[in-house]
Amino acid sequence: MTMPALSPADDVVLSLRDLKVSARSDQGLIPLIEGLSLELRRGETLAIAGESGSGKSITSLAIMGLLPQPAVRVTGGTIHLGETELTGLSEAKMQRLRGARIAMIFQEPMTALNPVMSIGRQLTEAIRAHEALSMREARARALEALKAVRLSQPERRLEQFPHELSGGMRQRVMIAMAIALKPDVLIADEPTTALDVTVQREVLDLIRDLQRDLGTAVILITHDMGVVAEMADRVIVMQKGRVVETAPTIDLFDAPRETYTRELLAAVPRIGGGPARTATATEDVLVRYQDVSVRFPIRQGLLGRVTAQVHAVEQVSLEIFKGETLSLVGESGCGKSTMARALVGLVPHSGRIEVAGRALAELDGPARKALRRDLQIVFQDPMAALDARMTVGELIREPLLIHGIGTAAEQRARVCDLLERVGLTAAVYNRYPHQFSGGQRQRICIARALALKPKLIVCDESVAALDVSIQAKVLELLRDLQREMGVSFLFISHDMAVVENVSDRVAVMYLGQIVEMGSRAQLFGNPQHPYTQRLLAAVPVPDPKRPRAAAARMAGEIPSPVWPLGQGPARVRLEDIGGGHLVAR
Amino acid sequence: MLAYILRRLALSALILLGVSFITFVLLYVLPADPVRQIAGRSATPETVASIRRQLGLDQPFVVQYGHYLWNLLQGDLGRSYLQKTEVAALITSRLPATLLLMLAAITCELVIGLTLGVIAALYRGRALDNVLMLSSFVTVSAPQFVVALLLLYVFAVKLGWFPIGGYGTFAHLVLPALTLGILGSGWYARIMRSSMLDVLRADFIRTARAKGLGRGRIILGHAIPNAILPVIAMIGIDIGIFMSGIVVVESVFGWPGIGQLAWQAIQRVDIPIIMGVTLVSAFAIVIGNLLADLISPLIDPRIKLR
Repeated sequence: MTMPALSPADDVVLSLRDLKVSARSDQGLIPLIEGLSLELRRGETLAIAGESGSGKSITSLAIMGLLPQPAVRVTGGTIHLGETELTGLSEAKMQRLRGARIAMIFQEPMTALNPVMSIGRQLTEAIRAHEALSMREARARALEALKAVRLSQPERRLEQFPHELSGGMRQRVMIAMAIALKPDVLIADEPTTALDVTVQREVLDLIRDLQRDLGTAVILITHDMGVVAEMADRVIVMQKGRVVETAPTIDLFDAPRETYTRELLAAVPRIGGGPARTATATEDVLVRYQDVSVRFPIRQGLLGRVTAQVHAVEQVSLEIFKGETLSLVGESGCGKSTMARALVGLVPHSGRIEVAGRALAELDGPARKALRRDLQIVFQDPMAALDARMTVGELIREPLLIHGIGTAAEQRARVCDLLERVGLTAAVYNRYPHQFSGGQRQRICIARALALKPKLIVCDESVAALDVSIQAKVLELLRDLQREMGVSFLFISHDMAVVENVSDRVAVMYLGQIVEMGSRAQLFGNPQHPYTQRLLAAVPVPDPKRPRAAAARMAGEIPSPVWPLGQGPARVRLEDIGGGHLVAR
Repeated sequence: MLAYILRRLALSALILLGVSFITFVLLYVLPADPVRQIAGRSATPETVASIRRQLGLDQPFVVQYGHYLWNLLQGDLGRSYLQKTEVAALITSRLPATLLLMLAAITCELVIGLTLGVIAALYRGRALDNVLMLSSFVTVSAPQFVVALLLLYVFAVKLGWFPIGGYGTFAHLVLPALTLGILGSGWYARIMRSSMLDVLRADFIRTARAKGLGRGRIILGHAIPNAILPVIAMIGIDIGIFMSGIVVVESVFGWPGIGQLAWQAIQRVDIPIIMGVTLVSAFAIVIGNLLADLISPLIDPRIKLR
């Protein structure tokens, strides 16, 4: 990456001076942003980085004039777009700038497009809102924009509806919409957070190319320091509505001045930077999958006959040993979560799953219930996984009640013990989930999973929704628990760096099958399968000086796992290339 | 598409079979005796028995139902006990009036309900919203005959703008349609309001704003088409509730439709007419639901008919 030559001041396209944004509440005004100043020059990428609650998204909404007024509003400072002052602008004038001179891409491509309007209409509507073009001319412009974002079959896309496109394709459409009118400033708010890592790579490359071609100034809002390092010229680090540090990207990663920045960078999981693991794994097999398949029927017609099946998991075999952490990685739809769901009995499976030597299918009711004690699961979204009307104490105690373990006093004592174990205090017993932060809630979920002293805990994207500093602490907690209690983890994640951090062994899944499996060192040190290599290459690295490989641009979608009845994918054969490192041939 | 419609119609035949059976059972176990109605109070037991035999009402239930079904399959709904006319002819002559009233009333309730719902959502939490929701609550809970009599009193008796009852001109149609429309509008206002509020919070509305679209375009072009989807499914279900309202309203306004026919038949225990009207109403509900299901994919491309 080349640093842009220092530009003269008149190249500034957007400048914020001492911006203050506050939210109205019963306790008066609550400041959300306290004095933010920045300058954005033509062709530059400025990253605003920070964890949740830092005010980075509020900043973007303030610039766009999209704050949820009157509850949240600008209470001081100025925003200049070129010569125009935006904070005092009427809604009508602001409308003319929005989409034309400042455009925005949002985080969630699945919901950011109107589901009942064709892609073509949504694009032409945006174009015609600002330029007096005929329908035909606007369509030509829309087509041009779709070509610019390298969307396959652009003519066909114009007629399609959002649900017919994948997440990555929708985000391309969003970008096409944003750049169609060649805005001066493009604000990208977590543009790749909801995307798979290989798709993220493509979208980041796309934004960078477009910026180079069009000279658009980009504000990139992200929590991901890897993305910052790969994309930004300069970085503003924010925390709780205040600017912590502003610096050129290279300087920030080389020599962060502020403690918070240092902590933030230290918490970022890096591939190859995981702590050495204390070997807790044993030789005893705890869980064995043997030719396990999970297929979901697709029914059609009046009688609901099964005409096709989704092959979510296809004849997978693997073992989890006592005290080890086995990670399943892969992109959305690869079957990694379904593997876990089959294990805990949330979806039916064929084939054989053994837990401690006993096949799940052969267990009767009471034995199944007993088995449930040994298998616990921690989900991705702790708020959704905790009943908002129960206190934390009741939530953690509930498994003990269900399995009838101990007297009320003993249960209470156990809950207090668990709370302390996960880094909370017994004093929170009577509080409700909404009174906790995301990280604390996930600790509550972990405490609940631990209540029955399980032999295996499934962590299904359990740290994906957490800020990196919190994420690091939760991962550390999991490691400590494993050391103390010898529990095994089945760790499911799309984040290669996190996986590298916690795993003893790793299995890479693609379209319902394992394509590579081995120890952490084998898989990360010597990835053999092309898909594993592609996954690893796609991970943004938090090091701006690392030469970015001119990665092979893998356009194209992952094939469908839906097969007509009686057909299925060819079974992948795994071959041991030494030391238990299995690779698909 | 055609295959879908045919399949749905085949399914509706099964529904009608079920409806006919249940109605027949209910009328069979009813303590009221149609023969007494026909014969009159002073009839001798011999006359009663002979009428009973004539109508086949002395047969066991299975035979009676089998007989009815057999005729039904041939398109014969039987004859009215009292008027001796073909039930099919009675219904056909009265159906246009009912269909006209239904169409007018549904238009009324949709126009009133959806408009008020959208307005309430846009003024959410303010005085106007509160007033609209309170009034929708009143219309939802008011009995049909009360509203009908109220409108009749104010607009026909006091102001004399519309005729008190009857059939023939547009003026005759206004009050009955308005009665049903006002009663139904409360539901739609509430559904539309909550649906609009959901949609207005959606990400794609924020996208539309970020594109620089005006408020009017966003509401008309993006919010309403999405918000109306759950309402369409409701219309199909609503026709069932509607049929019961029509019986009352047609009787109050002297509207010569099948509702009035049903009302008179119930009073006289004229079983063939009751059966006929019930089956026609059930068929209307089935068709209403089918239409709603056919309209949905036109608005929402995610819905596929299979």
